[in-house]
Amino acid sequence: MKKMIKYIIADILRSRIMIAYTLVLLAISFSVFAIEDNPSKGILSLLNIILFIVPLVSIIFSTIYIYNSGEFIELLVSQPLPRKTIWLSMFAGLAISLSLSFLAGAGFAILIYAMSATGLIMIATGILLSFIFVAISFLASVRIRDKAKGIGAAIMLWLYFAMLFDILVLFFLFQFSEYPIEKGMVALTALNPIDLSRVLILLHIDVSAMMGYTGAIFRQFFGTGSGMLIALIIMLVWTVVPLGLSTIRFNNKDL
Amino acid sequence: MISIQNISKQFGKFKVLNNVSFDCGQGQCIALIGPNGSGKTTIIKSILGMVHPDTGSISFEGKDIASDWLYRNHIGYMPQIGRYPENMSIGQVLDMMKDIRKLPDSQIDHELFEAFNIRALLDKRMGTLSGGTRQKVSACLAFMFSSKALILDEPSAGLDPVSSEILREKILAEKKKNKLIIITSHILSELDELITEAVYMQDGSLRFHNSIQQLQKQTGEGKLARAIAAMIRQQDLQAAKGHTAILTAVK
Amino acid sequence: MSKLNKISAALMLLVWNGSVLHAWSKTIRVGRQFGVINIKEAIRMSAAGDTILVYKGVYREGNIVIDKPLVFKGIDKPVLDGVNKYEVLSVRSPHVVVDGFHIKSSGQSSMQDIAGIRVYNTHHVTVRNNLLDGNFFGIYLQQSKHCVIEDNRLLAYGKAEHLIGNGIHCWKSDSLTISGNRAQGHRDGIYLEFTTNTRVYRNVSHENLRYGLHFMFAHHNTYTFNTFSSNGAGVAVMYTHHVHMQNNTFKDNWGDSAYGILLKEISDSQIENNRFSGNTTGIFMEGASRIQIKKNEFRSNGWALKIQASCMENQVEANNFQGNTFDVATNSSLVLNTFDKNYWDKYEGYDLNKDGVGDVPYRPVSLYSMIVERFPAAMILFRSFMVSLLDRTEKMVPGITPEQLKDTLPAMKPVRL
Repeated sequence: MKKMIKYIIADILRSRIMIAYTLVLLAISFSVFAIEDNPSKGILSLLNIILFIVPLVSIIFSTIYIYNSGEFIELLVSQPLPRKTIWLSMFAGLAISLSLSFLAGAGFAILIYAMSATGLIMIATGILLSFIFVAISFLASVRIRDKAKGIGAAIMLWLYFAMLFDILVLFFLFQFSEYPIEKGMVALTALNPIDLSRVLILLHIDVSAMMGYTGAIFRQFFGTGSGMLIALIIMLVWTVVPLGLSTIRFNNKDL
Repeated sequence: MISIQNISKQFGKFKVLNNVSFDCGQGQCIALIGPNGSGKTTIIKSILGMVHPDTGSISFEGKDIASDWLYRNHIGYMPQIGRYPENMSIGQVLDMMKDIRKLPDSQIDHELFEAFNIRALLDKRMGTLSGGTRQKVSACLAFMFSSKALILDEPSAGLDPVSSEILREKILAEKKKNKLIIITSHILSELDELITEAVYMQDGSLRFHNSIQQLQKQTGEGKLARAIAAMIRQQDLQAAKGHTAILTAVK
Repeated sequence: MSKLNKISAALMLLVWNGSVLHAWSKTIRVGRQFGVINIKEAIRMSAAGDTILVYKGVYREGNIVIDKPLVFKGIDKPVLDGVNKYEVLSVRSPHVVVDGFHIKSSGQSSMQDIAGIRVYNTHHVTVRNNLLDGNFFGIYLQQSKHCVIEDNRLLAYGKAEHLIGNGIHCWKSDSLTISGNRAQGHRDGIYLEFTTNTRVYRNVSHENLRYGLHFMFAHHNTYTFNTFSSNGAGVAVMYTHHVHMQNNTFKDNWGDSAYGILLKEISDSQIENNRFSGNTTGIFMEGASRIQIKKNEFRSNGWALKIQASCMENQVEANNFQGNTFDVATNSSLVLNTFDKNYWDKYEGYDLNKDGVGDVPYRPVSLYSMIVERFPAAMILFRSFMVSLLDRTEKMVPGITPEQLKDTLPAMKPVRL
């Protein structure tokens, strides 16, 4: 299994898209930090880019990779291996290589320019988001046989998490603005790993002061050590649940 | 060695396999033939555990394969289309497979590896290879682990005549080692002198399963292609007769 | 009245009115090396117009009352210690000068306003060059006129707003000059209530718990060249008219409800040539009218300007808005204020005729800032991708943001201030 993961990682890291991804992240993060003299501002500018690119590339790239590996997966299934091992190795290979690319592309710059708690949280969320969106792509691609439809679904899922969800949150806000919904908002962000990451990072940069009462509620909740732990657990749930569901599905799937 | 019993499989509305049963014994070389969409590939995939039949069971050396994956240690499989991760080198693919099989080096069969001169290509990435070279890699992988059973799905597709012949020799050699070999192929002529039994599939059902001798005796044809064609004609004729018999009876 | 009494009364008047009679005044020295070691004794010995020089040392004499016109001067910063119990110095006479003391540790009380130096119902008092360290209130003026508070340093170590008084506190006073002081760690750095015709300039007020400067019902005052930084809530100006605020710096007043300036019920005032940087909100206006906001620099604030619906006839002209998260926010769709000739770094228009004025108007209010005004919880979507998308769309096709809130003459380059 180790060797399999190692070779899958080696395969992915050498792919052109992955090299481009790393270089783009590298270029963006270094130029952002070069332009912004204040590292926490740099983090802020980088935040949007990371929350946009990392999930997008993670979900689309791994969906395509899974579909393109159809025959290879079949070959592996014909070998004396439990399916779970194959599926989890594929996951490990993709998630680790996407995280490595992220680390090389953005993490490096963050460590150099903004080595702080916020910077480290940003790196951690980047990695967790890579894992989460690979897991989500696994669920999508195991459920949908057709490649084109599968990639379409991956794009839709990304759109949902990156944008549509926030529109729903706004709608929710408009509807229930007369009620004390601040605590509900905390629960709501847990439903979207991108929002959760964004809020976590914003709370650690002092723009949290701008977030007013809601920000205060969030800080109360996520600002503490146990809050961070809860956030981490939520992110892990976001990885484990789609991955688990997809593994069950893959175990029973006809290839 | 492999026993298929009453397996049926439906993909959506489409019934791919309809109550198929047959046995594959050790030392046999079985041709699995039939038109496109007749269910050949589904049978192979069922044997390899890629497809789970809706009903029926498959056993390997007497053990049901449904809850087991270790039996695949004894099967070498050569897929119809061998596609591998693009940026993996041939060496890495071979290395990975060896790692999965965990067979001591002394027991690894390097014959095809040498015959196809794969060694010279070890560092080539899979994405840069031609279809034929990929087939050679697939063939290598299938024969590498001296498995008791070999399943070859359209093995000669895409291979050049020389390699095709090398592969054919290899199959013959393995046959002599008393292994079970299952081959699907469109080109019946290349199966001559290779196979001992033929399984003919049509529309998801088993049409017939005969030994070559039986086929030749029944049809009087020497060549496999002709024998099978004759066999099908005979069966159709009988069915038509039966049909008219029923019709007349009804009248 | 006897003849003698009349003469002495005339003499007293002369003393009060100037230094004409300096020739008659005497100097009393207080210190271990002199005959007098006790300040209270010195005051008792002194006559109006005398000078008391207090030499280096620590004087713990409880409450010291100056009840006649005296020049009360410390040499080498003598310490007047209130031992956390007393109001250290009470000035109850006009024409007193308090100069050069280190006044520390006044009593603390939640019932009384105990101060380091308190000036009671008088006039022409000067408090200068003192260090006030760890007092409840620093310098407290009540019903006093024509007083000068200058170049004092006020230090306090308040932990919570209700546990500490203000640095310079003026109540019902008039025509004061407050300049060159430095206040830190108090509740409000400088506080003016019912105080009029006062000039506050060149003060620094920082790291106070509540406001750097706070005035209520304090009309016709001028504030210039002050720096207000890192205060709990910035500067608050309430229920006041005719205020001039010029050349001040408001910076780093960053916090949940911190403002560069909080304007509440203010009218007929000028805010000019100030710098607002790094504040959560540069200027927050509520019930403000006829205010000219001109030639200010707003840089790197969360919100540069927050204008509530109750504001009208304000002019925002020729300011520079640079690097603010939100330039202008309002909770109203009715526009009663004018924006002209400002420089907005977010302006994306063009200037075809190169006259330095953008050819298309700039709308400084973003859709998202409107949403946040109405639904503060929406701040949770801050910096999300969707929000920037919404803002972009709204910029192209304004639907919700107030149509009339726009700068029709946006400057292409930052305004020279």
